[in-house]
Amino acid sequence: MQADTKKSNKDSDNLIPGATGDWEVVLGLEVHAQVNSNAKLFSGASTEFGGAPNSHVSLVDAAMPGMLPVINKECVAQAIRTGLGLKAGVNLRSTFDRKNYFYPDLPQGYQISQFKQPIVGEGEVEIEVDGDTKRVGIERLHLEQDAGKSIHDQHPDYSYVDLNRSGVALMEIVSRPDMRSSKEAQAYVTKLRTILRYLETCDGDMDKGNLRADVNVSVRKPGDELGTRCEIKNVNSIRFIGQAIEHEARRQIDIIENGGTIDQETRLFDPKTGKTRSMRSKEEAHDYRYFPDPDLLPLEFEQAYVDELAKGLPELPDEKKHRMMDEYGLSAYDAGVLVAERASANYFEDVVKGLDNAKRDGKSAANWVINELFGRLNKEGQDISDSPVSADQIARIVNMIGSGDISGKIAKDLFEIVWTEGGDPGEIVDKRGMKQVTDTGAIEKVVDEVIAANPDKVEAVKAKPTMIGFFVGQVMKASGGKANPKAVNDILKKKLGVE
Amino acid sequence: MSRMTDLTKLTLAEARDGLAKKDFTSTELTDAHIKAIESGNSELNVYVLPTPEHALEQAKASDMRLAKKGNAGELEGLPLGIKDLYCTKGIRTTACSNILDDFQPAYESTVTQNLWDAGAVMLGKLNNDEFAMGSSNETSAFGPAVNPWRRKGSTDKLVPGGSSGGSSAAVAADLCLAATATDTGGSIRQPAALTGTVGIKPTYGRCSRWGIVAFASSLDQAGPLTKTVRDSAMMLKVMASHDPKDSTSVDADVPDYEATLNDGIKGLRVGVPKEYRIDGMSEEAVALWEKGIAWLKDAGATIHEISLPHTKYALPAYYIIAPAEASSNLARYDGVRYGLRKPGKDLIDTYEETRSAGFGAEVKRRVLIGTYVLSAGYYDAYYLKAQKVRTLIKGDFDKAWDEVDVVLTPTTPSPAFAFGEKSGDPLQMYLEDIFTVTVNMAGLPGISVPAGLSKEGTPLGLQLIGKPFDEATLLRVGQSIEDAAGRLAITERWWG
Repeated sequence: MQADTKKSNKDSDNLIPGATGDWEVVLGLEVHAQVNSNAKLFSGASTEFGGAPNSHVSLVDAAMPGMLPVINKECVAQAIRTGLGLKAGVNLRSTFDRKNYFYPDLPQGYQISQFKQPIVGEGEVEIEVDGDTKRVGIERLHLEQDAGKSIHDQHPDYSYVDLNRSGVALMEIVSRPDMRSSKEAQAYVTKLRTILRYLETCDGDMDKGNLRADVNVSVRKPGDELGTRCEIKNVNSIRFIGQAIEHEARRQIDIIENGGTIDQETRLFDPKTGKTRSMRSKEEAHDYRYFPDPDLLPLEFEQAYVDELAKGLPELPDEKKHRMMDEYGLSAYDAGVLVAERASANYFEDVVKGLDNAKRDGKSAANWVINELFGRLNKEGQDISDSPVSADQIARIVNMIGSGDISGKIAKDLFEIVWTEGGDPGEIVDKRGMKQVTDTGAIEKVVDEVIAANPDKVEAVKAKPTMIGFFVGQVMKASGGKANPKAVNDILKKKLGVE
Repeated sequence: MSRMTDLTKLTLAEARDGLAKKDFTSTELTDAHIKAIESGNSELNVYVLPTPEHALEQAKASDMRLAKKGNAGELEGLPLGIKDLYCTKGIRTTACSNILDDFQPAYESTVTQNLWDAGAVMLGKLNNDEFAMGSSNETSAFGPAVNPWRRKGSTDKLVPGGSSGGSSAAVAADLCLAATATDTGGSIRQPAALTGTVGIKPTYGRCSRWGIVAFASSLDQAGPLTKTVRDSAMMLKVMASHDPKDSTSVDADVPDYEATLNDGIKGLRVGVPKEYRIDGMSEEAVALWEKGIAWLKDAGATIHEISLPHTKYALPAYYIIAPAEASSNLARYDGVRYGLRKPGKDLIDTYEETRSAGFGAEVKRRVLIGTYVLSAGYYDAYYLKAQKVRTLIKGDFDKAWDEVDVVLTPTTPSPAFAFGEKSGDPLQMYLEDIFTVTVNMAGLPGISVPAGLSKEGTPLGLQLIGKPFDEATLLRVGQSIEDAAGRLAITERWWG
């Protein structure tokens, strides 16, 4: 699979101006995603978040003498699912290696990882930035153990170690250096997170550290060779990823423009200052002494197993988006908003299920979900899962708009009632007399009254036909908003002699 | 000689049969061994931790099970010694290293659990080279175990071999009926040869490694050290099992090895590898090898000269792979969670102080070698090349199995040596493994059977190498060597 690195027509927008001309930033990401699994990668200990320190630690996780790792098959299945979701090649044979280094939160003195032969090979992720679609190449995905946590602020002289995370399964997803702006990097992580959540292979919770990114940043003059890169470690929010890249790119440009050179190094992003700072230089980099873990056999499975897992995969965001555009006539933007979260996509699909005519009203339903419902949920700080308005209620409202039973304006009032009081929208409309008046006789009566009351405006509209809006407003007001606007328009035009 | 000391002279099989016939109780049998340990251990230094109370408790429980028909396990009431590399629940386990200090595991190794489930009794933890790194037991933090054998007319103390030197010496000196051991490059077979005992290293994957302190994971394998081939058959049957907790353990049937011991070897094809005729091998080792060939021929086997062309690369490759794995396996001994901690002024200093004080010289040497050969820029030249050699060695044997059923070699180039004789020269010491490491590199089973005495009156052993998971044939051929050679008996019990 070849990643699409063709320049889109907007690439020039991404360039960063410097004293010596424009600069291009080149970005590659290594995302660490915690695998959704009950037990750790090589032990039966729980992966539950928030337990008392060292309460989810097996003998294996604590690296007691003579303890041996045994692969958790569910973690393997999750990695395969993720590989499939990234349209990547799944390797039927992969191996585990030891990455050796000393640290108190690494009990074994090595991390079991996949260095030489990862479980998943090349794939791609489609991102959209400012309306342009771009594909970011995936180089590989491999399984590895997480480390524990060192705690330095609990005792004046000692550091504490919490091994609850020690041995939890991570997927390291390595992209190609295909991104050219902080926006693209953010879109990539956002999209990756969406895919992982659809697959339910990682909850994507960045606050808990369940998804974090190492960002490789380099700059160059457009068309030049790749510059020396710096790796910003463990950035744990999408906003910070943007800030870290912006700062780091500017820092590198300033150094080069002042006659300096970039040292290849590992850096840290400090959210408080918004800056990156050096963590260790290339010279200080560890020699990890990778070698195949002799405690583990190569990880091997049949293609039939992969196929079986593929069958169980849900519809992925891109497929869903295109289907929504095709089936319900949604715009790319609306469909994109709806599929960004699996829960909102599901909600919308439930709304569609309740529609009398999905082809006619799909677009309207999307508008209602995105603008009215999401807008309101956002305002109240609520999640789609706590929505007081059900998909079925939205569908009923949209149905009544579509059939002309209520006007869009009335529908908004109706939505407000359903949000605060609940109930069947149809019954509410009936009981409260909110139905649109389409009876031309009744409308004509109101029109006549309005014309009679405004003789000066009747003269004016003859000279300026757009003045008809005034009459429409008056008629609607007099009808309590229930008159069918199209009928009002038609009757007014006829009576006023305007075309 | 009292009846009680007589009990320690029994073989494992004889003791089993005696218990079954109610000639004596497990408590009596165990007590006899406890007394032998009490009187002999100060000179032999084979037990680093005798556990007499624990043993008597187990013996009492065994006696109760033996009293009821059909309740006894396969090793019911039989007192054993356990190499200190095996983690034993609630009982100090150190791998004979200071770094583990007074570590008490909260778990029992799979192999020892298998033994206890079969009713065996634990007399204590046996001495070994620190982390099983050594061929003389001289690297033990507890000082070396002593070989009960002496040269004719000499009182010089001889090494019991290593790393399972406590196991071999304890079995040879009747301080247990049988012992567990481990073998990474020869650590069961070489001590067996040097003490006139039988030791079998099963096929890699036959016994679980779970709960055994790791030295070199791709080479380590548990096995027994016993007085006779039959005893090894009994022990291996119980020690072997498929263990889901060890990913490298193999789900293969464990046959009743004892049942086929006397089936004979008529028509069996025995290979004699020409590459094992090395310079520096003692004349008597060569002569004994010839004798072994003659014995097997007499018993009806056919002898075939074979070639294992990559043999000479086995030892150097072994001393790359084993230290490489060890350097990583021993990283966990960092003073953070258990064992020794020597507080330093900061984290790095604490690591350095702890590991400097905790590890002995040989362990440090191997950790350094291992770290070096895995380093960036050296990996391909050393580790990768050694792995290729390993593949070639396996290939040599795969080819040999087309022509022969077992391979016969000496176990060691020479008999037991004195303390200090080789410990100053690591290379000299490493040569002790020259005939045994290939077996670990190829993951094959190998057995050492006592075959005769050197002119100094000390034991020598012959090694048989078998096809993967064909321990039954090895034991059967071993039995026929034992039948021909007779058991070697220590004439002078100078200790205790």
